[in-house]
Amino acid sequence: MNQPASAYFIEDRHDPNETHTLAVLVQNEPGVLARVIGLFSGRGYNIESLTVSETEAQKHLSRITIVTTGTPMVIEQIKHQLDRMIPVYRVVDMTLTKRSIERELAMVKVRGQGEHRVEALRLADAFRARVIDATTESFVFEITGNTDKINQFIDLMRPLGLVEVSRTGVAAIGRGPEGM
Amino acid sequence: MSDKSHDPNQMTGAAMIVRALIDHGVTDIFGYPGGAVLPIYDEIFQQSQVQHILVRHEQGAGHAAEGYARSTGKPGVALVTSGPGATNMVTPLTDALMDSIPLVCISGQVPTHLIGNDAFQECDTVGITRPCTKHNWLVRDVNDLAKVLHEAFYVATSGRPGPVLVDVPKDVQFATGTYHPPRKSDVHRSYAPRVKGDATQIRKAVALLANAKRPVIYSGGGVINSGPEATRLLRELVEVTGFPITSTLMGLGAYPASGKNWLGMLGMHGTYEANMTMHDCDVMLCVGARFDDRITGRVDAFSPGSKKIHIDIDPSSINKNIRVDVPIIGDCGNILGDILQVFKAEAKKPDIKSWWQQIAQWRARNSLYYKKSNDVILPQHAIQSLFEATRGKDTYITTEVGQHQMWAAQFYGFEEPHRWMTSGGLGTMGYGLPAAVGVQVAHPDSLVIDIAGDASVQMTMQEMSTAVQYELPIKIFILNNQYMGMVRQWQQLLHGNRLSHSYSEALPDFVKLAEAYGAVGLQVHKPADLEGAIKEMIAVKRPVLFDCRVAALENCFPMIPSGKAHNEMLLPEQANDEATAKAFAGGKALV
Repeated sequence: MNQPASAYFIEDRHDPNETHTLAVLVQNEPGVLARVIGLFSGRGYNIESLTVSETEAQKHLSRITIVTTGTPMVIEQIKHQLDRMIPVYRVVDMTLTKRSIERELAMVKVRGQGEHRVEALRLADAFRARVIDATTESFVFEITGNTDKINQFIDLMRPLGLVEVSRTGVAAIGRGPEGM
Repeated sequence: MSDKSHDPNQMTGAAMIVRALIDHGVTDIFGYPGGAVLPIYDEIFQQSQVQHILVRHEQGAGHAAEGYARSTGKPGVALVTSGPGATNMVTPLTDALMDSIPLVCISGQVPTHLIGNDAFQECDTVGITRPCTKHNWLVRDVNDLAKVLHEAFYVATSGRPGPVLVDVPKDVQFATGTYHPPRKSDVHRSYAPRVKGDATQIRKAVALLANAKRPVIYSGGGVINSGPEATRLLRELVEVTGFPITSTLMGLGAYPASGKNWLGMLGMHGTYEANMTMHDCDVMLCVGARFDDRITGRVDAFSPGSKKIHIDIDPSSINKNIRVDVPIIGDCGNILGDILQVFKAEAKKPDIKSWWQQIAQWRARNSLYYKKSNDVILPQHAIQSLFEATRGKDTYITTEVGQHQMWAAQFYGFEEPHRWMTSGGLGTMGYGLPAAVGVQVAHPDSLVIDIAGDASVQMTMQEMSTAVQYELPIKIFILNNQYMGMVRQWQQLLHGNRLSHSYSEALPDFVKLAEAYGAVGLQVHKPADLEGAIKEMIAVKRPVLFDCRVAALENCFPMIPSGKAHNEMLLPEQANDEATAKAFAGGKALV
């Protein structure tokens, strides 16, 4: 009940946060990504992952996939705020559809010799990661999967000589014959 | 080549801009020239269909365009140069975004080949204005210019109205291309604001309204933005249902202040009866308002027992601050029409006599009470006198921001929409004077009054020069208490009466200042002289600075203290030191 002296009403919100994956179809034009990112930073929303690429060149359409966290009310706000932007065609909450597939690609560089090297290769095989570069003292693995799988793989590589990671961020698509 | 030279649609980018303004029915624009817009100014010089009003600062152009837009329902247009011209527009653009005002700003930009080079008077205008416009464009090809300009007008005025900006590099202004008149395909296919309300939701709303025991209608600026039909329908709905109605700051005038169902404004400085009605109601119909934090008070104690219906054209306004039960997305005029139709066909006027009796008790508390004095002018009294003196006249009121603004909202009765221009969302001190310039340009024969404070008015005072140049007889009615009154009020209430920098030690002599500008200065100290001085101000057909010296330490009540709910208002007769301290318990020590 104790309030600091303020012209604003200050209150704690206790709703738990949720993680949602949003697919946003936009007109591919200058500044469109800046608009989307500016919305998130300007209104204090979170971005866990963001990927963007032109998906239909002839129609100048790009697809942005955003993984965000927030209370249910904030998630709803984010979707409405995105949807009302002029170059945005559609916003689909892939998490709500419960029928979406999410994938991420990572390239993982590991440096080591002897047992560590053998172990890294063995684990990569178990995770269906491919070797896309090799030297006598290093590998670069390419791994595809959902975020959890990639996190797990990276954690396993850490004691084996993890040097660096490059990740694409999450791409998502719905199951079944229908498009978004 | 020779064929093209005879094509009337072949023209320079600068000519296209003027042509597009004409095609969109624009007759007046507000602006300030500079290097990057000279080709456009050259075109303006050579025609007479679009009148250009030269302001003294680009911020003034923006607010004047806002005043013009709010008082006419048409988009306001501002023209500014690159760099500082554009950055000076940021405040009015943000103001227009917060208050949903249709504004089209055209800015010059350095030539395309210099963009990104830190050229003279270069700034990233579209980058800077992206978060403070509904949409903006940088036009790099003269053949895109016509399409972008037409889309700009459409985006500004359709859906939830708002400001847009078109940034035009100087080489594009010089280049020749093909113009086309407005056509449908100019607009993004992804932009299609919803107008018509969902029929199922409308039926749900009518069922709630028809069975309400303790209803209230809470209307906002959206009703005014929707146009005269929405205002008419709102009034009809009040008539047909017999429900009480309150309004936000932005919505004043949609329902007449003299109407029998009027509760006065709600919110932080709203009336006791409006806030208590909101708190205790069982059905709330929110039309074109957005549950702003100045309205709701503490959100978890906001109208706890009510079912809430929310009509808004912007889906992002729904469930942003307050969870509602029946959201209806669309144009409020359209939806009010549908609600009325269903209500008239299927429901009858609910019996809410006991609710009105309860409201009458709240009204009897007389929450706008203040003690008049024979020695010193009370600011509330000054506004009441101004209201009486202008009653029945063709009057438009603008304000600055602060105590005087709240008193104006409380004590000036608005009978019609579009008559009240104030900076609600952004709270921009300095809005009122240039806004009055814009209103007077749109309504040359009307009485246009800026109810101002001595601090706010100095932020854009230079626009007096504009008023004098264009013979715009605006009246600047300054409630002069020598303080930033609202800042001081909060310091008194919340910061131990430490009046840090809220006192203006050195005010100008406003009478001499008026005369320096070539306007008329009036000053009044005594309550007995007030009425006569106001009459004199109205009679003068020139711009006037009216220095109304008022009680210095008067504060604005009633008031919902921070962190409190609608039913925990502080009323004026309770606002002694002890009660104030208690109401703000938890705040810093109060004097």
